[in-house]
Amino acid sequence: MSLSLFKHQDVVAGLLFCLTGLVVAAVSVHQYPLGSAMRMGAGYFPLLLGGFLAILGGTVLLRAIFSRRRHFIGRLMFKPVLLIGAGVLAFAGLLGSIGLAAATLALIALSGSAHHESRLRELLPLGLAMALFGAGVFVWGLGLPLSLLPA
Amino acid sequence: MELIAHLGIGLEAILTWQNLGYCLLGALLGTLIGVLPGLGPVATIAMLLPVTYGLPPLSALIMLSGIYYGAQYGGSTTAILVNLPGESSSVVTCLDGYALARQGRAGAALGVAALGSFFAGTVATLVIAAAAAPLSEFALKFGPTEYFSLMLLGLIAAVVLAQGDVFKAVAMVVLGLVLGLVGTDVNSGAERFTFGIPELADGISFVVLSMGLFGIAEIIINLERAENRDVFATRIGSLWPTWQDMLKSWKPVLRGTALGSLLGILPGGGAVLSSFSSYTLEKKLADDPSRFGKGAIEGVAGPEAANNAGAQTSFIPLLVMGLPSNAVMALMVGAMMIHGIVPGPQVMEERPALFWGLIVSMWIGNLFLVLLNMPLIGLWVRLLKVPYRLLYPVILLFCCIGVYSVNNSAFEVGLTLFFGVLGYLFVKLDCEPAPLLLGFVLGPMMEENLRRAMLLARGDASVFFTRPISLTLLVISALLLCLLAWPKARKTRDLAFQE
Repeated sequence: MSLSLFKHQDVVAGLLFCLTGLVVAAVSVHQYPLGSAMRMGAGYFPLLLGGFLAILGGTVLLRAIFSRRRHFIGRLMFKPVLLIGAGVLAFAGLLGSIGLAAATLALIALSGSAHHESRLRELLPLGLAMALFGAGVFVWGLGLPLSLLPA
Repeated sequence: MELIAHLGIGLEAILTWQNLGYCLLGALLGTLIGVLPGLGPVATIAMLLPVTYGLPPLSALIMLSGIYYGAQYGGSTTAILVNLPGESSSVVTCLDGYALARQGRAGAALGVAALGSFFAGTVATLVIAAAAAPLSEFALKFGPTEYFSLMLLGLIAAVVLAQGDVFKAVAMVVLGLVLGLVGTDVNSGAERFTFGIPELADGISFVVLSMGLFGIAEIIINLERAENRDVFATRIGSLWPTWQDMLKSWKPVLRGTALGSLLGILPGGGAVLSSFSSYTLEKKLADDPSRFGKGAIEGVAGPEAANNAGAQTSFIPLLVMGLPSNAVMALMVGAMMIHGIVPGPQVMEERPALFWGLIVSMWIGNLFLVLLNMPLIGLWVRLLKVPYRLLYPVILLFCCIGVYSVNNSAFEVGLTLFFGVLGYLFVKLDCEPAPLLLGFVLGPMMEENLRRAMLLARGDASVFFTRPISLTLLVISALLLCLLAWPKARKTRDLAFQE
């Protein structure tokens, strides 16, 4: 199997489905009681699903390998994924400890830079405005239990 | 007449300032997110779910459903003015709507779309009201065996009607069913697939999954495509269609309404499928099909009526059986559960004010939409001029606040990000995420009903074929599968999605 095979949509998708199915089936057999058709245990339905998923994934994979029609995955853009991810994780980490205002600023500044035309001089005022908006609407208006500033 | 009595109950329930206010708010919010490309009703409803905790159940449901059908109105505005689908259901409206806008007739297109949608919304409301009582009486006869077969039919229909490859769509459904397993097994108390993470003991939250797959993934995809959004029509022109437009449009609107009402009921159906089918139908019936794509008003009237009708009748399976037929309806199940209402045929008996109130609110919401939308178009146009680079951080922020506020859990925000990246990968692999969501919602219900049915039948699986209703449902499922294997039908299906 050459490496270029992994550039095909269906090869990757088939592998993903097939492996997930096999893991699910294996875990169901080993860790949960199967029971009988009449009294199904915790593992019965998962085993059925896992097996079915593995078969489906295998079909997609084999069909892709032997088919002449090729659909390539296309370029993956890592910059948006990483910056969006960094913003969301920063938000999640900061919200509980130092409050909504700082978390909002961090998310807008980090995730906002993912756009190819982003400008920091726009994002900072936007972050401040959204922090104020969030304070007004979510904390005071809707009364969500979020702390606004560091406790 | 019973129907009028029922609608009376609903009218009485909804005619309070509070409920009317939430109806208006939902419809307006729906239009707003419908106008904005890259923010759909699924993400918005998911975002607002936590906010509805504090509301009375009827107000909450009125507002959330308003978002769905409001989005159908808003989506057409963007399609006509910018040639970008504001909603996936208005993809086909771009073709002729934008062509009309280039001819300086944007107003006529917007007017026909709004009036057609209103007509379709009115008819669809009546269809729901008329069909609800007999259907839910029928559904009360269902036992676990019938429910299991019905859900199987629902999943198969979702696959048949989904876009793209069948095997991958089935695999996505099964993957959704597997994700639905995560958490504590209700029967044995065993924790399944939680990897020892205590936050997963209650299962993956629906808000987390849908927000990741539809909210965050969509943002990443949008960032990848450098989109060009120029509002074309500087002069919108008169919003009243000419007499000639009306003459050309009334038949497509009627056909679109009928088609949409029918397709909306099907599992996996709803607004998107309805608008595509209606466009194909109008093009087939036209005297001169070559006019389509160059500003045929019929190509706006039919699909716009169809998507609104389909959006509304997709409430039928939810309201009478408790089965969601698409992602938005799956969210509505979540919203009902939050308020302690188990969706199903018993809701109509037990909470008539809520049930009929919700139905009547749909007509009132449509009325608000047609009255408000026309004067507000100037506002929507200005909104479209806000660049995406400023819009998406705000959308992302709302997603995160929404997810966090469900359980005050930072872990769930991280999990949402995980599903967001997974959703991006699915798009790259050409795997449609909507069937996955449907499988996720139906998974636990299917397992529960399968277990009960098999326990009652003492482990004899033939019960699914000996009970008449169950057998009928399974036969329909089998027929649907055969339809897929039949090459000519598959070609029509592929063609319908291509256009």
